[in-house]
Amino acid sequence: MTQKEIVIKTNKLTKKFGDFIAANEITFEVYKGEIFGFLGANGAGKTTAMKMLIGISKPSYGYAQIAGYDVYKETELIKKNIGYMSQKFSLYEDLTIKENIHLFGGIYGLSEEQIKTKREALIDKLDLHSQADKLVASLPLGWKQKLAFSIAIVHKPKIIFLDEPTGGVDPITRRQFWDMIYEAAANGITVFVTTHYMDEAEYCNRVSIMVDGVIQAIDSPDGLKRKYNAQSMEEVFLMLARGAKRGE
Amino acid sequence: MKAVELKNIVKTYALKKSSVTAVDDVSFSVEEGEIFGLIGPDGAGKTSIFRILTTLLLADKGNAKVLCNDVVKDWKTIRDIVGYMPGRFSLYQDLTVEENLDFFATIFNTTIQENYDLVADIYKQLEPFKTRRAGKLSGGMKQKLALSCALIHKPKILFLDEPTTGVDPVSRKEFWEILKRLKKQGITILVSTPYMDEAKLCDRIALMQKGKIMTIDTPEAIVNQFGKNLYAVHSESMFKLLNDLRSFTKTESCFAFGENHHLTLKEECTTELEKYLLASGHNNATIKKLEPGIEDCFMQLMKK
Amino acid sequence: MKQLLTFIKKEFHHILRDTRSLLVLLALPIVQLLIFGFAITNEIRNSNIAILDNAKDETTQKIITKIENSKYFDIDRTLTTNNQIEEAFKSGKIKLAVVFQTNFQNVLAHTNKAQVQIIADATDPNQATTLANYANAIIMDYQNDLNETNKPPYTISAEIRMLYNPELKGAYSSVPGVMGMILLLISTMMTSISIVKEKELGTMEILLVSPIKPLMIILSKVVPYFVISLVNIATILLLSVFVLGMPIQGSLFLLIVVTVLYLICALSLGILISTVTESQLAAMLLSLLGLMLPVVMLSGYAFPIANMPVVLQALSNIVPAKWYIILVKSVMIKGLGLSAIWNEVLILTAMTIFFLFVSLKRFKIRLQ
Repeated sequence: MTQKEIVIKTNKLTKKFGDFIAANEITFEVYKGEIFGFLGANGAGKTTAMKMLIGISKPSYGYAQIAGYDVYKETELIKKNIGYMSQKFSLYEDLTIKENIHLFGGIYGLSEEQIKTKREALIDKLDLHSQADKLVASLPLGWKQKLAFSIAIVHKPKIIFLDEPTGGVDPITRRQFWDMIYEAAANGITVFVTTHYMDEAEYCNRVSIMVDGVIQAIDSPDGLKRKYNAQSMEEVFLMLARGAKRGE
Repeated sequence: MKAVELKNIVKTYALKKSSVTAVDDVSFSVEEGEIFGLIGPDGAGKTSIFRILTTLLLADKGNAKVLCNDVVKDWKTIRDIVGYMPGRFSLYQDLTVEENLDFFATIFNTTIQENYDLVADIYKQLEPFKTRRAGKLSGGMKQKLALSCALIHKPKILFLDEPTTGVDPVSRKEFWEILKRLKKQGITILVSTPYMDEAKLCDRIALMQKGKIMTIDTPEAIVNQFGKNLYAVHSESMFKLLNDLRSFTKTESCFAFGENHHLTLKEECTTELEKYLLASGHNNATIKKLEPGIEDCFMQLMKK
Repeated sequence: MKQLLTFIKKEFHHILRDTRSLLVLLALPIVQLLIFGFAITNEIRNSNIAILDNAKDETTQKIITKIENSKYFDIDRTLTTNNQIEEAFKSGKIKLAVVFQTNFQNVLAHTNKAQVQIIADATDPNQATTLANYANAIIMDYQNDLNETNKPPYTISAEIRMLYNPELKGAYSSVPGVMGMILLLISTMMTSISIVKEKELGTMEILLVSPIKPLMIILSKVVPYFVISLVNIATILLLSVFVLGMPIQGSLFLLIVVTVLYLICALSLGILISTVTESQLAAMLLSLLGLMLPVVMLSGYAFPIANMPVVLQALSNIVPAKWYIILVKSVMIKGLGLSAIWNEVLILTAMTIFFLFVSLKRFKIRLQ
C-alpha cells in the first residue's frame, strides 16, 4: 500500500467567491490506476473543486498537484496530461464520428499517423463502422457518451476526469460504460468520476463525499458502509448529505 | 373517468436525411389520483409523450385525451387545467423566487395567497431565499421552485418531465415525498424519470425504450414477471469476477450492480457455479439469491 | 388585464436587470447620432480651398486674409481665370472655391453691393454645406465690421453654388437615417431576441401550456421595446434640435404619428423573425443581416437611391425604412404636411398591416 504512486494530491485547497466558500480546505490523495468517486449533493462544491483540479479555475489558496504538476503554475502541463469528459459537453454534434476523433486527436497533439491508427482501433472497438461517417447528433446518448469517453482517453492521459458521464443513459449502456472505465483503470489510467447513481459509487475503489464545501468522508465503499453502519452507499450518502446546512 | 388516455400515438421527427420515430404506437391510460411513471433512458420518447399530452405537439397518428378533453380539439381547456414542468429548468433565471411564482400565478389567473395551502409545503423551504434570483439556486431548489410554479393554479393533473434528472439523491428523495403528499390531495401525477430506483415510488409504471412501451403495470407486478432466480454474486476482485461470470457457460446474463453482480442462469446450477468460481481463483465468493428490482426487469426486457 | 400587466412588468424586470444591454440600447442612438451627424458635420478643419480674385483690391485682400486666418480653411492655390475652377475641383485637392467679382471694392463703394461666389464640391453634401456656410459666415462677419463705420450699410452677397450635386440630396440625412436604423434595431432585433429567448430557455413551453393567450405573450414582449423606442426617439429629436441645430420644420405631431407607425411595423417584423428562428443568435443574425443591411444600403441613408442600379432601386421599395426616412425628411426638414406625404404614409401603413398580419398568423400555439 505504501508504494502506491500518488497522481492527485491536494492540501487545504480552497475556493472562495466573495464571502462564500465553495470549496473549503479540501485535502485528499488519489492513487495511480484508481477509480475515485467524487460524490456530493448539488451545490456541495463538487464542480468548483473539479474545475480547480483540471486547471481551469485558480484556487483561492491551498495546494494541489495533478499528475505531478502544480495547479497554479503548470496548468498547461496539467491539461496535456489529463482527459475530461462531461455530460453537458462531450462531442461536436454537427461533425461526424470520424471528424470528432480527428479533431480531438489533433487538439491533444497526436500525429496524423497516430490519429489514423487510433481512429480505426476506436471504431473497431465500439463497433461503429456503419456509423463512422454519420453525424454524432444521430447517435443515441449512450453511444455518444461511450464515444466521448474513448476520445477523451485517446491521448493516454494519466488521469481522466468524468463529470456525471452516465446521466440519462439506459441501464445496459450505463454498465457497458463502466466496463470501459474498468478497462481504462486496468491500463493504468486514473479515473476521477462524479455521479448521482449511488450504485455507481460502489464500483469505485474509493469515494469521497462532499457536504457544504468540505470532504466529510473518504474511504472505500465497504469501509464507509462499515463506518456508518449502512447497508448501501445510498444510505451513507443520505446520512451525510442530510446534515447539509447550506441552503443550496 | 380516466385522467389520461393515449391510443396508438405515433410521433416521427424528420432529420436531414432520415427520420426518427420518437413515439412508436404507444397506448396507455392513467387513472385519476395515481402517480404514473414513464421510466426509460434518454431517447425513450418520454418528452414527446408529455408534449403531446400538454398540447404542445401534434401526434402523427393516434389520439389522446386528458380528463376527457381531446389534445387536438380541446387544447385550450387542457391548458387551463394541467400543470406542466418541462424537462429543462424552465423558469426565469433573472427573476427572484417570489417574482417567478407570482408571475406564474398571475398567468394562471390566480394568486399565491389563493392556493398557498397547496404549495405551502414546498414553498416554506424556498421562503428563506425568496428574494434570491432563480438562477442562483442549485439543482434541488430549482426543481422545487419549478414544481411550485406548476402547482400554483391548483391543476387537476400534473405533468412532470424528468423532474429529478441531475438532482442529488437527497433532493430526489425529498421531491418524491412531496409528490406523495400531492397525491393525497387528489392530484393525478404523470412523471417521467431515467432513474430506475424511482419506479417503485409510482403506483403504476410504463417501462419505455426507443419510443416503445416494453411493459406497463404496478412495480410489484413487473418485478413478479421477472420469472427467474436472480443471484447477487460478490468476491474480492469484482472486475475479474464480472469477466469470469460472463465466460461461465451457463450464465444467461450478468451485470454489475453496485457492490454485487446480478446474475441469471440458463438452468439452476449454483453448486457448479461455486466450484467454477473457486477454480477461477475467487476464494471468498458469495452467491445469494435476491429479489429483482425494476432495473433488473428493465434490462431483461431490453434484451428481449 | 392583470395578466398582461404582470407579464409586462416581468419583461421590464428582464430588461432593467440586464444593465449592460439597457445602457447600450439607450446610448446607441446618441453615439450614432454624434458620429454620423455632429462629428462629420462640424469637425471640418483646415480644408483646402482655391481663391479666384478678379478684383485684387484692398477689400478682397482683407477678406482673403480673414478666410486664411480662420481655422477652417487653408488656401491651396490662387487661380487667375474662371476656367481653372473646374480644373482645380477635378484635381480633388480643394473642397471649395471663393470667387470675387471684378472691381469688387469700387462696386461696393458706389452701389453699396458686391458679389462673392462660393462654389463647393457637393459630392459630400454635408461637408459642402458646412464649408459654404463657414465661408459665408466669414464674409458676413467682414461685412459687419465694415458697416460699423459705414452708413448706409454695404451688402456683400454671397452666391453659393453646389457643384456636382446641386440639390444636395442626402444632406441632413443622418438624423432620419439614424432614426430609421435605431428603431429597427431596437424594436425588431430586441423583440425577436426576447421572444426566442423564451423558446431557448424552455419557458415558452410553460407559457403555451397556460391559459394566457398568444396575443398577450406578444403584446407583453412588444410593449417594453415600444417604450424604449419612444425614449430613443425623444433623445434623437432633442439631440438633433439642440445639439446638431437641425430644427423640426413640420408638425411634431405628424412626425410622431409616422414614427409610431414605423415602430409598429418594426415590432411586427421582430415577431415575424421570432417565429422563424429557434435561437437568440439566429434571431440576431437575421435581424442584423436581413434588416439592418438593407436599411443601411438601400434606404437612401448611406447611398443616394437615385445613384443605385435600377434593380436595387426597385428592391429599395420593399424596405420599410426607405419610406420612413422619406417621411422624416419631408416632415422634419422640408416641413411638409400630410397632404404632401400621404402616398408614403399609405405604403408604410400597408406594409405594417401586412407584417402584423403575417407575424400574428405565424405565431405558433404549439412547439412545431
